[in-house]
Amino acid sequence: MTPPAVALPAAVVSRRRRKFVAGGCVIAAALAYMIYTGVTQSAVYFVTPSELAAAPVVGKAYRLGGMVTPGSLRWEPATLDLAFTLSDGKASVPVRHKGAPPDLFGESRGAVVEGTWAGDGHFKSTLIMAKHSEEYKAPPDGKAAGYRELMRTFRGATP
Amino acid sequence: VIPEIGYGALIAALLLALYGSGAAAVGARRGRSTLVESAQHAALGVFALLSGCLALLAYAFLTFDFSVRYVASNTNLGTPFYYRLTAVWGALEGSIILWAWMLALYTLIAMLRHRRRARELYPWVLSVMLAVLAFFLLVMTIPAPPFQRLSPVPADGRGLNPLLEDSGMITHPVALYLGFTGFTVPFAFAMAALITGRAGDAWLTATRRWTIIAWYFLSLGLLIGGWWSYHVLGWGGYWAWDPVENAAFMPWLTGTALLHSVMIQERRRMLRLWNLALVIATFALTLFGTFLTRSGVIASVHAFSQGSIGAFFLSFLALVLLAALGLLAWRWDALKADGELDSVVSRESAFLLNNVLLVAAAFTVFFGTVFPLLSEALRGVKVSVGAPFFNQVNVPLFLALIFLMGVGPLIAWRRASPANLKRNFLGPIALGIAAAAVFRLVGVRPVLAVLALALSVFVAATIAVDFGRATRARRRHGEPFLRAMVGLVLRHNRRYGGFVVHLGILVIAVGVTGSQAWSLQTETTLRRGEAADLGGYRVRFEGLAGREESNHFKVEGTFAVARNGTQLTLRPAKKFYPQEQSPIAYVDYRLGLREDVYLVLGDFARDGTQATVKVQINRLVSWIWIGGAILTLGALIAVLPERRKPA
Repeated sequence: MTPPAVALPAAVVSRRRRKFVAGGCVIAAALAYMIYTGVTQSAVYFVTPSELAAAPVVGKAYRLGGMVTPGSLRWEPATLDLAFTLSDGKASVPVRHKGAPPDLFGESRGAVVEGTWAGDGHFKSTLIMAKHSEEYKAPPDGKAAGYRELMRTFRGATP
Repeated sequence: VIPEIGYGALIAALLLALYGSGAAAVGARRGRSTLVESAQHAALGVFALLSGCLALLAYAFLTFDFSVRYVASNTNLGTPFYYRLTAVWGALEGSIILWAWMLALYTLIAMLRHRRRARELYPWVLSVMLAVLAFFLLVMTIPAPPFQRLSPVPADGRGLNPLLEDSGMITHPVALYLGFTGFTVPFAFAMAALITGRAGDAWLTATRRWTIIAWYFLSLGLLIGGWWSYHVLGWGGYWAWDPVENAAFMPWLTGTALLHSVMIQERRRMLRLWNLALVIATFALTLFGTFLTRSGVIASVHAFSQGSIGAFFLSFLALVLLAALGLLAWRWDALKADGELDSVVSRESAFLLNNVLLVAAAFTVFFGTVFPLLSEALRGVKVSVGAPFFNQVNVPLFLALIFLMGVGPLIAWRRASPANLKRNFLGPIALGIAAAAVFRLVGVRPVLAVLALALSVFVAATIAVDFGRATRARRRHGEPFLRAMVGLVLRHNRRYGGFVVHLGILVIAVGVTGSQAWSLQTETTLRRGEAADLGGYRVRFEGLAGREESNHFKVEGTFAVARNGTQLTLRPAKKFYPQEQSPIAYVDYRLGLREDVYLVLGDFARDGTQATVKVQINRLVSWIWIGGAILTLGALIAVLPERRKPA
């Protein structure tokens, strides 16, 4: 049933090869286009609080990294409103988020938030990056104090 | 004394590996079999020494020997027995030992299998594998020493990262590394073929089962990783396009391409250069993945200079690529294809397109992963592309691949006649279109979901067509149905193992589609006795309880979940470790074929009066794990020894 494997005229072979090369070019062009539009639509810019404060663009997607200023954290469980300030020592940016603070988040600690500049003076966060690192970092001495305090004050209420 | 013994053993293993690699190469060039035998003894010695090191490290963990820095950093007196064992490969240094040990094991098995059969290639295979081993041993003696001494010896260690206290962490790295290291064997054969100039098809025949084995373990590793992410990390997802995941996914994509393209070379003597390039790329990507995830380069280009391990991996990667591409160029003339592509509508074309798409997907993942590094290095601004980028580019590629999965195995070689196309595809295409209409009618709205499901039906139908036809042929010879089926699968185990893998992929595709299209989630704060509603479920907060476990304090919420009269209780919790600054979420869930109910405890009041909880209804996710089981089963069938007599 299969056509016999006889040597084909060079012209036929080269015509066929042109077809495959053209097909390859079309695929490569389509991929390049998809990657280009993908990048332009989902690019997120990393900024520090001073960089953002210097030239904020409303609606642009940012990843803002800084330290959560001590005393700035406010968490309202009833409404799920989370507010805090991110600072890099030079400038600070007020951030608002909807949802419970994630596990690795807290005052005086580094955090990266993703979201947009709202235009009315605050950064609207849609995602707080909780970094799960496999490499374990030693806690500063005496930090187990918080753990002991929890054990002392937790009362719970079993049903 | 454990640090000194371990360090000494590693140095000895490094010297042996270097000697063995050299001896095998010289033995091959001069034709001196005594040298090759001596290299075999060296390889045996390396394996024995590495086994000893692994056992020694495990012993240090079990006996809490905190004079070893790595033990002190990854365990403490409260770490339970099993997790002390898995902590052996819980961090960088130990995972490199495990990696090297597996590589030594593969070297040993390759030695036993190919010592007699592949006489010309074998010495070079041994040489290349020992050279790769020597690199990993070098890494263990300089930038990532597992046996570094810690003094003064602390009274207690720091403890294992709590996220790794999970059974998935026992198996995930083992499977993943068996996959990564497994691709070293085909790479070594490819190098041997290029060095000896026997760049024909012998190396391919010798390695095709090795490739399936490596692919099997890599797939298993990816699946267990997804499961771990789903049930431990507490964000309700199984895949995040995280660099760590991408690092394992890229070699999987090129390895998958390789599994398909070798069939073209076997059958039509084409794509020789392409196959060698795929083997080299796959091996290079396993090294690149380790570089990416272990050098800190992802966090910032500048973190790269802080540790030397990144420099080691990058240098070795450059060396490997340079040597491999140099050899390719040197043997260019020997790599010409005997066969020619005859027609665009043929099995060769379908496989070629499959390869192009898989490599395109690998490139996309590569590009998206290194994009932040490129933009930081070239433009000084750090720009990243997240999950939307990967999904946007990859989803069309994957849909096209699913379509080809239906076409490739059935379309005729060389040139498909209209009759062949009609006989194989008319039924499945009609069924696919009908399925699309039905899905539309029953209310499946997202276009991509309809497309993915209809394509899956089409592919499943093509598999049924082929399987039905072949089974009928055997039944005509009087075999009963079941025996005909099993006999068929076992006799043509590569082909039908492949079909089973394809079925697994389809089931996974259905699970991914369902979870992306129809999952629901909400986050809310509940007072005791209050309830929230989602997707027909009513979740009521009943209370909080705290208790001390061996190495942490656990605060557990009790939630009553009710739907249509059925009731269950879920207890998501937060675990507090004394050595950790922040708690670790412990999710609770009920898995189901239709949907999973998945609860994450967010925040709570210490007097137990209220709790913030995230409720997710994750649709069809279980099918991902079921499909994964089918896929790995198919790979196992494909790896069985070929029973078919050569035609």
